Amino acid sequence: MAVLVSKKVTKRFGGLEALAKIDLEVKEQAIHSIIGPNGAGKTTFFNCVTGFYTSEEGEIFLGDRNITGLSPDRVTRLGISRTYQNIRLFKNMTAVENILVGMHPHLKSGLFGGILHDPRTMREESEAVAEAMRLLQFVGLKGKGDLMAKNLPYGQQRRLEIARALASKPTMLLLDEPTAGMNPSETQEMVYFIRQLRDELGITILLIEHQMRVVMSISELVSVLDFGQKIAEGTPAEIQKNSRVIEAYLGRGAASGLGENIPVAA
Amino acid sequence: MKKDTSAVWKQAIRTGLIGGSIVLLLALVGIIGTFKGRDIISGWISMGQILFLAPIFLFAYNAARRAEAPSKVGTILVGAISGLMSTSIAAILYLLGQIINLRAMFANASPDLYTMLTFGQGPLLGVIILLLAGVLIGAAGAGVLLLPSRIRKALSQAAIWAILLGLLRELLMVVISRWGVVAYLIRWIFAQNGLAPHGAIVVFLIIGAATYWSAGRKRVAINNLPPQQKKKRLVITLVVSGVVLLVLPLVLGIFFSEILDTVGLYILMGLGLNIVVGFAGLLDLGYVAFYAIGAYTVGVLTSPELGLFHLNYWQAMPFAVVVAVLAGVILGLPVLKMRGDYLAIVTLGFGEIIRILALSDWLKPWLGGSQGIQQIAHPWLWGLELKNQTQLYYMILVGIAIAGFIAWRLKDSRLGRSWMAVREDEDVAQAMGINLVATKLLAFAAGAFFAGLSGTIFATKLTAAYPHSFSLFVSINALSLIIIGGMGSIPGVVVGSLVLMGSPELLREFAEYRYLVYGALLVVMMLIKPEGLWPEARRRLELHEAEELAPGTAAQPAPNNAGQ
Repeated sequence: MAVLVSKKVTKRFGGLEALAKIDLEVKEQAIHSIIGPNGAGKTTFFNCVTGFYTSEEGEIFLGDRNITGLSPDRVTRLGISRTYQNIRLFKNMTAVENILVGMHPHLKSGLFGGILHDPRTMREESEAVAEAMRLLQFVGLKGKGDLMAKNLPYGQQRRLEIARALASKPTMLLLDEPTAGMNPSETQEMVYFIRQLRDELGITILLIEHQMRVVMSISELVSVLDFGQKIAEGTPAEIQKNSRVIEAYLGRGAASGLGENIPVAA
Repeated sequence: MKKDTSAVWKQAIRTGLIGGSIVLLLALVGIIGTFKGRDIISGWISMGQILFLAPIFLFAYNAARRAEAPSKVGTILVGAISGLMSTSIAAILYLLGQIINLRAMFANASPDLYTMLTFGQGPLLGVIILLLAGVLIGAAGAGVLLLPSRIRKALSQAAIWAILLGLLRELLMVVISRWGVVAYLIRWIFAQNGLAPHGAIVVFLIIGAATYWSAGRKRVAINNLPPQQKKKRLVITLVVSGVVLLVLPLVLGIFFSEILDTVGLYILMGLGLNIVVGFAGLLDLGYVAFYAIGAYTVGVLTSPELGLFHLNYWQAMPFAVVVAVLAGVILGLPVLKMRGDYLAIVTLGFGEIIRILALSDWLKPWLGGSQGIQQIAHPWLWGLELKNQTQLYYMILVGIAIAGFIAWRLKDSRLGRSWMAVREDEDVAQAMGINLVATKLLAFAAGAFFAGLSGTIFATKLTAAYPHSFSLFVSINALSLIIIGGMGSIPGVVVGSLVLMGSPELLREFAEYRYLVYGALLVVMMLIKPEGLWPEARRRLELHEAEELAPGTAAQPAPNNAGQ
């Protein structure tokens, strides 16, 4: 069953059509990748799904629910959570606090609860902190909880960002280049970790990725965007052979000569 | 590590020139002249001379520290060169003053200043002495660097205390006049003007020895203490500071109470602005508007002069606060989408609009126009009219206690975290499910609440509200004190307010240069200590948790393949 369905989603910036009638279906508990050259519209698509942008045409459904045009906070409350291409943590807050902010939709205490510390608020806060600790451990950051986010090393910041995204208990996670800037061993760890998210937490994962080795080893389905259009979709093996994809990556001349040799680890 | 020698000399020369330029600035602006009459050690050294010598000394020290010269002689030499450079600028000023009439441009380039620069000697001898003094002071500054750090600390503390005591002599005399026997002891260290020489020696010895002793003790950071001890220490600190705050106006008398009142009102305002700017990152330059609204509302509701309403202070205060909060929300609504500079400009305009409305003839029947509102009621409490500075001090103290408590609780609450998330990255905060509209409006409302409260007390203290009391400078003061204290830090508000609002009241000579000093202070702070005097400390949750949860329940063992 499809969790996320986009129907003819179109997004324009002035005269530029960043997304042109994108149809996409993400199956429940799938690991689905979106690839494409720079400027293909991958992140724009993420922004349309999460409510950062409003698409000019088309509709997006989460399950049966039409989420087109909802504000980002509403979309998050409905169960879609994301990370960012260039890490966007709350830099001057500690790791635990970052995760606690992620839990925001599931907490209830307001102005007066915060001031008066009534038993319900206290219970809610201590449960939230315990949950944040569990998430920290899950992403392998146990013991780093009181460090400022900006003081964590790069790889750990990526993990913390995922922990923050997980804190809102999403049914679907959008990862925007989770392995960007990582060395091969860090990348390998991230691949394990993404699988673990799906296998253990049952979260559907949609990811944008540039490293072909990652895409090919992890995805069940790959969609390829180029100049705002979906030019191909299929299993990794099918995509590797697709001539339009090769053309998009290497140019027309290369397509005939190179065959299945797609750029690895671009 | 060896540095290139020529780079070291260049550095020394440059540092010395900067120090000299600061002396030049202090002299031409007139600060040195203003403090010339203020003796620190009677007959020996005046505050003017200290302001002249201290930059030379400090910059030489700094030059020596940066140079990291391998030998002691080298270090001293670096200091001496830096000092020489500093005084050579002063010498150039002097010589220039002899040739052309600088006074046409700089009113403070007076013969008095020249006399001081040349130590009262003639032109030739004076300049030589001046340059020689620079060498000696610079060498002394560098020499301090060679001392063990414990002695260095003791010396600097002793010097700071001696200067403070000398400066505040007159005020101290007023205060101690109520202390009986102790007064005699303290009077003994003072002369007619500043500290007596023997008093200065005593102060130096006592403070120096105390610092030397305490610097040798091992200190454990409060966060590393076991939880019970930590709690104990916290309780002791709270009780002691509580008692001190309660008896403070009784010990210090009316004059200090007045200063404390002013400082207190700014603390109250700062606590509110700290929520808006420090927590939520919404740069509000029109904050004075809410202070004015609080004051004017109490005025309109209580003043018999206007005769519109006849409420007493306690009845009027809640209304005033509510009106201020509503104004906060009303200001908040149109600026929700604005960020940074745009927000600052709009709020700036809002502040001016409120002041101009209060000043306008149009609203004169209600707000009194340029004459303002007089005869605002004092608060009554159990048959006692709270009207003098000491009584109002306690009222302000209660206000601060409440506001501080609320700010402290909110900071670590879900709402506080939302504010900080909005400050850090508005878009991502929204993507985390935070409702930006509600969160921002609550910040504006909370800020307006404290400013409104502060305004009501201000009005009742003055028994009047005038439009000119609510100028842009009130907003700027409040903002500066937050920046100096440390953005988002609650103790920082108190420290910032004491430094910025308290010190100009204590040092009347400084009042003239208030905004000059503010500007310089802000620049220096941004360069040296951008996090503020008392920076915000993040709560440590993970340690806290580890103590509370039993090992078995600490965390569900989630299999963690990642990282292996």
